Amino acid sequence: MMTRLKTSLLAFALLVAGAGFAAAQEADQPKPPRQEWSFHGVFGRFDQAQLQRGFQVYREVCSNCHRLSIAFRTLEDPDGPGYSEAQVKTLAASYQVTNDEPNDQGKIFQRPGTPADVFPPPEAFPNDQAAAAALGKAPPDMWLLAKSRKYERGFPWFIFDIFTDYQEIGSDYIYAILTGYTHKDDPQWNLYYPGHKIAMPAPLQDGAVKYTDGTPGTVQNYAKDVAAFLSWAAEPTMVERKKIGFRAIVFLIVLSVLMYLVKRRIWADAH
Amino acid sequence: MRTSMAVAPPTAKWDARPRQRSRLLGKAARSTRERTGVHLSHAETIQPSRRDFLFLATGAVAAVGAASVVWPLIDQMNPDAGTLALSSIEVDLSPIAEGQIVTVKWRGGPVFVRHRTKKEIETAEATPLSELKDPQTDQERVQKPEWLIVVGVCTHLGCVPLGHEGQYEGWKCPCHGSVYDTSGRIRQGPAPLNLAVPEYKFLTPTRVKIG
Amino acid sequence: MDGHSTYVPKSGFARWLESRLPILGLAHSSFVSYPTPRNLNYFWTFGAILSVMLAVQIITGVILAMHYVPDSKLAFDSIEHIMRDVNYGWLIRYLHTNGASFFFLAVYLHIFRGIYYGSYKAPREVLWILGMIIYVLMMATAFMGYVLPWGQMSFAGATVITNLFTAIPLVGTGIAHWLWGGYAVGDPTLNRFFALHYLLPFMIVGVVVLHVWALHVVGQNNPDGVDVKDVKRDTVPFTPYATVKDMFVVCVFFVIYAWFVFFIPNYLLDADNYNPANPLVTPAHIVPEWYLLPFYAILRAIPNKLIGVLALAAAIGLLVLLPWLDTSPVRSGKYRPMFRFFFWLFVICCVGLGYLGSQEVSASATLVARILTLGYFGFLLVVLPVLGLVEKTRPVPTSIADAVLPKGAAAAE
Repeated sequence: MMTRLKTSLLAFALLVAGAGFAAAQEADQPKPPRQEWSFHGVFGRFDQAQLQRGFQVYREVCSNCHRLSIAFRTLEDPDGPGYSEAQVKTLAASYQVTNDEPNDQGKIFQRPGTPADVFPPPEAFPNDQAAAAALGKAPPDMWLLAKSRKYERGFPWFIFDIFTDYQEIGSDYIYAILTGYTHKDDPQWNLYYPGHKIAMPAPLQDGAVKYTDGTPGTVQNYAKDVAAFLSWAAEPTMVERKKIGFRAIVFLIVLSVLMYLVKRRIWADAH
Repeated sequence: MRTSMAVAPPTAKWDARPRQRSRLLGKAARSTRERTGVHLSHAETIQPSRRDFLFLATGAVAAVGAASVVWPLIDQMNPDAGTLALSSIEVDLSPIAEGQIVTVKWRGGPVFVRHRTKKEIETAEATPLSELKDPQTDQERVQKPEWLIVVGVCTHLGCVPLGHEGQYEGWKCPCHGSVYDTSGRIRQGPAPLNLAVPEYKFLTPTRVKIG
Repeated sequence: MDGHSTYVPKSGFARWLESRLPILGLAHSSFVSYPTPRNLNYFWTFGAILSVMLAVQIITGVILAMHYVPDSKLAFDSIEHIMRDVNYGWLIRYLHTNGASFFFLAVYLHIFRGIYYGSYKAPREVLWILGMIIYVLMMATAFMGYVLPWGQMSFAGATVITNLFTAIPLVGTGIAHWLWGGYAVGDPTLNRFFALHYLLPFMIVGVVVLHVWALHVVGQNNPDGVDVKDVKRDTVPFTPYATVKDMFVVCVFFVIYAWFVFFIPNYLLDADNYNPANPLVTPAHIVPEWYLLPFYAILRAIPNKLIGVLALAAAIGLLVLLPWLDTSPVRSGKYRPMFRFFFWLFVICCVGLGYLGSQEVSASATLVARILTLGYFGFLLVVLPVLGLVEKTRPVPTSIADAVLPKGAAAAE
């Protein structure tokens, strides 16, 4: 018993120390607040209308500087933006993509895109070096942005996250950055970016994108929609994963219960 | 011995099959179900039918689980989404001159698109079926007589035949000498079948979708 | 394996096979009629869990290898190809990455069980050493596997760990260049890590076979640390008793595993590894996978590069010598109250070191890490040898049956 008491005291002391340490850091570098996402949780699903609006924001604003290395055909994903085959074909054809092979004269040429092609890089920046030369720092490819960005959750939140199924750190981060340009006089000062000096100047303004479904064109809405779209782009199989996962876990729980009963039955004569 | 059990009971201690330490829980559960008759003493006399049902239910549930686990492991080898996206191509026919054969890449292999001349069409249509190893009329093999679209893979062992070769002015395969006519039908040599005709559709008179 | 075989082939085929290769009899005596102590608790099921996880890793790994490309320009994209385009590729990839973590979770519980109950003591020293060899092979495999996605953390991890070899005087840099196949981590490194990552698990399988063989020669330890005296009273046949218990625990383990794979698949991964590797920019915060964190913390706690590397090696090496470091004649921690106290302190050291390994370097963190490192080595080098000589132990039961069965039933059995 004494052993248990001593070890509990030690653990408690460490807990208090850790929490105090974390609190001191919070004030000057706030963490991105948690947002509500339709795709959070065991039954989370993407909101198709939101993803389509987000794609519109990407196309009209972000794609001028950022790549998105996903194939056009993925936009037909019924768990995602859910565009029709015809819409995607038209969209793809509106882009010029570089052909894999040179033509019969040996020249590399461009042609209209097909659904099987990947979004080409921004016209002005065919590669990272060109982008860095023009902008100072190459804007990252957005296809995995929602999975490659995070902030320190700290103790004990990272323990709770296991049980609350918090997987939207990247989505919250993107939303926070896009809405974090709080110093109007300095377009490169960002509340949530570590160190506050961000290479990307504020990209969104109210009214910059005209939504067609009646949603108000505010920076908050643009940020929310494009963050949701990028969350889908980073993990298009998320919905399938959650659907299968629910069934798998229910199944395994049922099987565990059955196995436990079998075990009890078999061990009945051994005790 | 244990006649109350749902499956054929083991007749002696040795009959238990070796336990498989695999993630296929179904198999292991089933073999346990078969084996448990050997060691139960008290439990068996209490309620044999309830015990059997429990083992049967568990085994069935485990088997379903095993099957659902196995399917993704097999399906992953099927063509992936990227390959399926390239499973059909569109070909612009307008630059292909009369008499010309163009080779396009479809599903990883060659397809011959041949703009046939009147003479080639007449010769193909006039061939008697008795002369053919794999009898097919020319009309069966084309949608529009001036356009012959065939898979450019010899039906013998898979080489790519050369166009405008052989005495029928069709194709000749350099590997073992198979000769095809202007309808892509096998006329001489070891190949057993005519060149395959892929699924295709004319989107417009000058644009065809293959596959 | 050694006289327990009650196997008599009945069918013609079985007789034919058995007289040419007695594999059916071997399987029967090893996993069916094999006498298992009847007092084993659930901590003894981790061997089965580990075997299942090894199979899961090999199967998912071989499948991933069908789609992965070990080239520095293509590796990162090939993983995304698996995640997005390959049928169920996302499932197989997440099973494999989380499977590695669960493999280590199980192995740590398995190892700590061994330490607590004295499973490393005579006559199981070789069993213990084989287990440590498996553990080291696992760490090497996992380390190389983490490099393969060629993300920022893959590259940084590869660079830091292979640079440890430069600590060796005279030949260190040469060895590092030999490992890299160049002057830094690059394409040749990636390719050879892939080849070795594919190979090592099969070597693990081989050592596991030896491990189980060594186990079956001496028999399982048990929570009371008492030897089997009477096979009929003290043991039960492995099948169906242990088999069904193992299968139950595997199902429960899979529930937790499935929670991670399907609902928090990226929880144990570092987000920075979703950025492609850039040899010119090191990530701000380099962290190895969680199961390597305690050793990482020990390495960082020591200011001298060479001694830090030696401490890292010693942390594992001393574990191998555990059978000889512990002097107590009593096997199981259940009957050694003082040992139990220090055991839990040791566990706290390990967990604490693991947590510190994930944190950024700071003065206070380094201080605590040093204290915990002293605790870790102190347990192995001071506590264990001394305790066996001075501690007061509780009386050990005379047999397993006496420990487990009610007093009256023991005579009746």
